[in-house]
Amino acid sequence: MDELITIDDLSFGYGSSSLHKNINMKFSRGKVSAIMGGSGCGKTTILKLIAGQLIPKSGKVIVDGQVVHEQDRDGLYNVRRKMGMLFQHGALFTDLSVYENVAFPMREHTNLPENIIKDLVLLKLNAVGLRGAQKKMPSELSGGMARRVALARAIALDPDIIMYDEPFAGLDPISMAVICDLIRSLNDALGATSIIVTHDVAETFSFADYIYFLADGKIAAEGTPKQLLASRLPFVRQFIHSEKDGPVPFHVEAPSYKVDLQL
Amino acid sequence: MNKILNFIEGIGSTFRRKMARLGAGTRLFFLVLIYSGDSFKRIHLTIREIYFTGVLSLIIIVVSAFFVGMVLGLQGYYTLEKYGSSEAIGVLVALALVRELGPVVTALLFAGRAGTAITAEIGLMKATEQLSAMEVMAVSPVARIIAPRFWAGMISMPILATIFSMVGILGGYFIAVLVIGVDEGSFWSQMQANVDFSNDIVDGAIKSIVFGFACTIIALFEGFDAPPTAEGVSRATTRTVVISSLAVLGLDFILTSFMFV
Repeated sequence: MDELITIDDLSFGYGSSSLHKNINMKFSRGKVSAIMGGSGCGKTTILKLIAGQLIPKSGKVIVDGQVVHEQDRDGLYNVRRKMGMLFQHGALFTDLSVYENVAFPMREHTNLPENIIKDLVLLKLNAVGLRGAQKKMPSELSGGMARRVALARAIALDPDIIMYDEPFAGLDPISMAVICDLIRSLNDALGATSIIVTHDVAETFSFADYIYFLADGKIAAEGTPKQLLASRLPFVRQFIHSEKDGPVPFHVEAPSYKVDLQL
Repeated sequence: MNKILNFIEGIGSTFRRKMARLGAGTRLFFLVLIYSGDSFKRIHLTIREIYFTGVLSLIIIVVSAFFVGMVLGLQGYYTLEKYGSSEAIGVLVALALVRELGPVVTALLFAGRAGTAITAEIGLMKATEQLSAMEVMAVSPVARIIAPRFWAGMISMPILATIFSMVGILGGYFIAVLVIGVDEGSFWSQMQANVDFSNDIVDGAIKSIVFGFACTIIALFEGFDAPPTAEGVSRATTRTVVISSLAVLGLDFILTSFMFV
């Protein structure tokens, strides 16, 4: 089977509202896929659905042949052991040092002796260039460094799937380039399948293999970066070229000016 | 007519919300019991939390206890003196502390010092997605975060209440014997003769265990249930103090009516 993750006819919403309507997605093994779209269109929700933190209203999320939301707690935890996730702001454990943060999944899920844990932690920290920061606390790190530590923690157990939630948000250009490079190189070195949720066009188009565009709860477009750059779809053009008006309107839907001003 | 209906509906929905929260709190307690094995296996987590909730609360407990004991000594002496029985000051101080003030004041201070810290810490962990990160790593936050704090609270609270009573008695001794000059022999011997181990000390200990349970589970639940925003965490922290204090005073009345009446 070529697809590691399949999202099949999925609908989701909070309460009676509807966020996603009959979405289909496939994430191929060994590839870096991106989910793009405007703020609040439900990109991160897709990651939470894949991780089984949310339950779809209808449809399925299948990870490595298993339907995620049909698993019991142990089954779900077994599925999650195949995943690593980088949260938007890192979500490092603030009471643990950098070293202990990366060692956390190893201590929780393995019985490895301390000397092997040490070797593995230093290996992972070296991969993200932060071996020298092992003794620091999360509060002493910059935003970019915190995200790299979180990345080291996400890959601590060599997961099959690595999910990135807005990995570039709020980073300076140098940190952004570092993270871009790490996502691609780690994916290829680990033979993992990566999913990135982002709205940064230039970075994503430079290294992603396949891209989905979400808008209005549906997939507005999909394809390789090359195909999407050539796309004539108005939404894709507006998004890629950062045009402020188009299918996504500048003004939020509102009653007429006359009504608001009581004229 | 509509207003009346809305009013009734309002009462109903508030009651339902409160019941749902009570149910969620009870569910959290059972989850804690289920995951307690995990937290005992990694006992260092519980010991670390005993340090934060218990050891770091010691100063406020000791200082408060000494003052409470001194006030009891003063007030007790002036009242007893009117009846010519100022030697009974030792019994009065000891019984007041062991039966009531020890467990109750310790629990109120515990809710204010340790309970708020627990709620704010867990609420902020939730707001910064640390609990979600743990879930995605296939680690239960109840096992790793909640259960060790629960047992730390359950262990710390009775010990703190005992220390409170002991230091309070020393405060009473300081005022009554050393300052006012009540006979030291009768201070201690009357206390020894009239404070019963199984009726007074054990009942006081039971109270402190019950209060420890109430304060800890309320603080944990409020943190775990807090909306992940600055406002949500601040409201949850306030609720911890308010609900814990009311729960302690309410439970104290119920327990006292069973134990000493």
